Amino acid sequence: MFNAQRCLVAQSLEEAYAANQKRTAAVMGGMCWMKMGHRRLQTIIDLSALGLDQIEAAADEITIGAMVTLRQLETSPVLAAEFGSAFADAVRPIVGVQLRNCATVGGSVWGRFGFSDVLTLLLALDVEVELYPGGRVPLEKFVRMPPDDQILVSLRIRRTGRAVAIQSHRNSATDFPVLAAAASRTPAGAWTLTVGARPQRAMRVEIALPAHPTREQADAALAAALAEVPFGSNMRAGADYRRHLAGVLLRRAVLQIEGGEA
Amino acid sequence: MKIEVTLNGRTCTDEIPDDLRLFDYLRQKGCASVKCGCETSNCGLCTVLLDGKPVLSCSVLAARASGHAVTTLEGVQERAAVFGAFLADQGAEQCGFCSPGLVMTVLAMEEELEHPTREEIQHYLAGNLCRCSGYQGQLRAIENYLNREVQA
Amino acid sequence: MKQKYVGAPVRKRDAMALVTGQPVYTADIAPAGCLVVKLLRSPHASAVIREIRADAARRAPGIACVLTWRDVPQSRFTTAGQTWPEPSPYDRLILDRRIRCAGDPVAIVAGETEAQVDAALRLIKVEYDVQTPLLDFTQALDNPILVHPEPDFRALCDVGADNKRNLCAQGVNAEGDVDAELAKCEVVIDQTYNTLANNQTMMETFRAFAQLDAFGRLVVTSSTQVPFHVRRILSNALELPKSRIRVVKPRIGGGFGAKQTAVCEVYPAIVALHTGRPAMIVYSRAESMTNGSPRHQMQIHIRLGADRDGTIRAIDLHTLSNAGAYGEHGPTTVGLSGHKSIPLYGSVQHFRFSWDVVYTNTMGAGAYRGYGATQGIYALETAVNELAAQLGIDPTVLREKNMVREGQRMPAYYGEMLQSCALDRCMARAKQMIGWDEKYPARTLPNGHIRSVGVAMAMQGSSISHVDVAGVRIMLGDEGYYTLMIGATDMGTGCDTILAQMAADCLDCPLERITVPGVDTDTSPYDCGSYASSTTYLTGMAVVKAAGELREKILGRGAELLEADSGECEFDGLRVTHLPSGRFVTLEDIGYDSFSGAHSCLVAETSCTSPTSPPPFMVGIAEIDLDPETGKVEMVDYAGAVDCGTVVNANLARVQTEGGIVQGIGMALTEQVQYTDKGMMMNNSLMQYKIPTRLDAGRIRVEFEPSCEPAGPFGAKSIGELVINTPAPAITNAIYNATGLQFRSLPVTSEQIAMGLMQKRG
Repeated sequence: MFNAQRCLVAQSLEEAYAANQKRTAAVMGGMCWMKMGHRRLQTIIDLSALGLDQIEAAADEITIGAMVTLRQLETSPVLAAEFGSAFADAVRPIVGVQLRNCATVGGSVWGRFGFSDVLTLLLALDVEVELYPGGRVPLEKFVRMPPDDQILVSLRIRRTGRAVAIQSHRNSATDFPVLAAAASRTPAGAWTLTVGARPQRAMRVEIALPAHPTREQADAALAAALAEVPFGSNMRAGADYRRHLAGVLLRRAVLQIEGGEA
Repeated sequence: MKIEVTLNGRTCTDEIPDDLRLFDYLRQKGCASVKCGCETSNCGLCTVLLDGKPVLSCSVLAARASGHAVTTLEGVQERAAVFGAFLADQGAEQCGFCSPGLVMTVLAMEEELEHPTREEIQHYLAGNLCRCSGYQGQLRAIENYLNREVQA
Repeated sequence: MKQKYVGAPVRKRDAMALVTGQPVYTADIAPAGCLVVKLLRSPHASAVIREIRADAARRAPGIACVLTWRDVPQSRFTTAGQTWPEPSPYDRLILDRRIRCAGDPVAIVAGETEAQVDAALRLIKVEYDVQTPLLDFTQALDNPILVHPEPDFRALCDVGADNKRNLCAQGVNAEGDVDAELAKCEVVIDQTYNTLANNQTMMETFRAFAQLDAFGRLVVTSSTQVPFHVRRILSNALELPKSRIRVVKPRIGGGFGAKQTAVCEVYPAIVALHTGRPAMIVYSRAESMTNGSPRHQMQIHIRLGADRDGTIRAIDLHTLSNAGAYGEHGPTTVGLSGHKSIPLYGSVQHFRFSWDVVYTNTMGAGAYRGYGATQGIYALETAVNELAAQLGIDPTVLREKNMVREGQRMPAYYGEMLQSCALDRCMARAKQMIGWDEKYPARTLPNGHIRSVGVAMAMQGSSISHVDVAGVRIMLGDEGYYTLMIGATDMGTGCDTILAQMAADCLDCPLERITVPGVDTDTSPYDCGSYASSTTYLTGMAVVKAAGELREKILGRGAELLEADSGECEFDGLRVTHLPSGRFVTLEDIGYDSFSGAHSCLVAETSCTSPTSPPPFMVGIAEIDLDPETGKVEMVDYAGAVDCGTVVNANLARVQTEGGIVQGIGMALTEQVQYTDKGMMMNNSLMQYKIPTRLDAGRIRVEFEPSCEPAGPFGAKSIGELVINTPAPAITNAIYNATGLQFRSLPVTSEQIAMGLMQKRG
């Protein structure tokens, strides 16, 4: 457990940002990950009074507040209407309902965790991260930025009509993924594929895939594309197995969309 | 800092260290049912209800409970005894150390899900580990409990 | 004797208190103002402390006591909870200059609050002379690196220990001429099998508090399976007479053998002695994982000889066991790897079982449910499945041909005669439950997944013959109720209830009339504790004996009150009646009378030990769903058929079995212990050590095929340990039947399966 002298329940983004300028300050998401560290902090900054716990749909985009919990992602009718079961599929294997009621999407994205199922899914969509005071940054760029002193306010998902599916393999049901893989297809037939838990952070896979590939076409394209993707080994599995799994799970995600299940 | 928590229906005003976990606060307040089984948010033993939702009290700051309602097993003794009797009838409580967290999650599930299927039950409770029972007796007890009116 | 309660699915006596969250566990009942005790632990697996500076920590705010190796008694002891003289070598000190595994304690710190203790721990400066650790247990014997070079290392029993060779124990046991017989066999399976350490992960981690009473005696309240052994261990470690120590056991949040070792008690005890204040230690999950008392890692080499018709003729089994840094339960667990596997095959007349138990700089092992039998049965049952595959014989049929049967002598089981055995019926029942004949070996589903089945048999013992002692005292109270005093420890298993069921039937009384207090070494009758599958069998035996004696005393006192000849009287549980006249006296009146005047209380006290250890048996059949692309194994169904003799409490026996099977599933598929090359254990949390969740367990069905054990109370044998033994070999067999891949190490991961299948395809 970390310790901290002061818990600041921020009343505005300005206040949160100002407090976060000190190196001995940190923003608290759901605290699930942070509590496992032993940082000795002056101030922890709580954003829960800022109304950032909403999922809202506008005509062109869906806004997910930073303090939205993983459980909200799982049960949101807005996300289900837009993306089918993808968000529920992504988060349901994460430990348990109790944890998902605590852990926040802001914490998951800010942490840029290698194991993140959420990041794997979001990278397959058209997502911008809204920062204070920096404003919007594409998620793909954000995950490569070093963590700074800004405040993550929300995620904006453009409503581009993508069909999306996520698959993961775990050694046991609620463990971290050995590999996570997501696929999405625009109405025009353009595919975006991502792999996470490589075990490094999720990334997009550059791939040439026809709009409606057969299983064989998908396998061939994936074999070529995944040769360029770096995979690593950790205590859960080795790199070769991950590369193999990525091919299997991405093909399954693609066919899941092709089968209209997503 | 000063917090005001509605704990099991009673308003409690306390001066606490800012970084006190809700788990420690609840134990200090005499809620001995709340147990800790890990440091990594994996076991579900410390589950309490925060505004009716099951949360890990080890992963929530007490500060965050200020202005909210917290329910522990101490606050739902009657309902716990009704469900607990079904557990006892299976012998599925075994050592009992995971029982408070399980009971709280089952009671939350009862509020949240209508007529859950077996699969929904298993998924809702996946965060509640138990090393004694092998889970089967718990499932029998939960299904019997949820069907109690049908059976009666 | 009428059986009203024995056999009935009675609720546990403490069940409602547990499910409503009453404060009944160790940490719930600790006195206010307990000092917080924590340990500074070594970051190195092998080192000698060159210098340790603790002055700043001692001066830190709120700190009551800081102890280093200079401040503790210098008598070596073992923390193994075993009957004296313990087979486990006396190889540890409370704090030692020599560090033998990562996490070995370096200093004990006690203070007012956790934060203050944490701050003080950071102030202690230690200079280590770091040495190369010995981590590979297959290289330990006669390795130049010695784990226990100390001259005062000693073994109380002749277990073959030799600290100059890294040997904790060594031995051999044989009958017939195994080499000659193997040479004559038409088929020999010659393979080596590997199991890792497994952690019990009981939900309540290790914890205890200690205080001094009004007489200056040390009172330790501990979550332990072995209160009487803890008393002796503390006496040895603290150089304090046993008369000055009292150990109390409240409700326990699980043990599974972990708490058959006094892992943590000595730390608060020495703090209480130094400070005069109550002190409590609560192990973190990480400490429980890295410095607890897990299952011994073993490497088992088997030569299994048979004829082409499937007759198994000879077994040569060698076990190499990794004691880790300390020898707790090392010499004894290894014995079960052969003695409780080889006797499953009654056809075998020639066997040799040999063993080496070695020290390394990995975490010290201990007792975990199954106690070596689990590893041995995994190896032998897998070898038998390999034999079946090689001969092209259905593995259940091969077993039916060779399994041990009632009335046989068991050469590898100390020559004991098998008085009760329903293993044959268990096999038939398990096959029927799962639909073996339709499902064996495998079928492919439309989605490409493979459904397959696999089988294993298992046995265990019931108490340690000639060694375990169970004491029971039953007293008639003044309203005609009974107090049943036992020294066995209910750790959630329900033994308090099971023994009360037996007592109620023996005394013809309602169960509510039997009170079973917690265990307290000052007042409870001596019992070695709850381990070795002894409680139902051995303590149950003592209950039956004591209740019988008490009945005689009640009858006698009743007859006296009736001024009648006791030969003409009868006690029916409620009253003693003079049969010729019909005059009677009630139990209440006898009770009141025994508490008045010059009469003495009516009390019966007995102690039991068993010359035999009647084995319970089980057959387990796993049905799995295997995804050949990812290698993922999902448990579909598990059929367990159990012969535990008479089933005393069907609910508790069933839940024990279900729980044991799920622990076995974890051992088979997900529970990994991995070390860094520096000897740090990586799976030190429930995040990294994956025990099965309810989504991993699948469906489990248990049925009983009772035999009647003539030596057991009401015909009962044990059940608690047996039930963990079948999943690992049965699942390994199912994976083979699905894929043709033969795995010989645990756990079997999806990675190994998928990569193995890819390799097979080329």
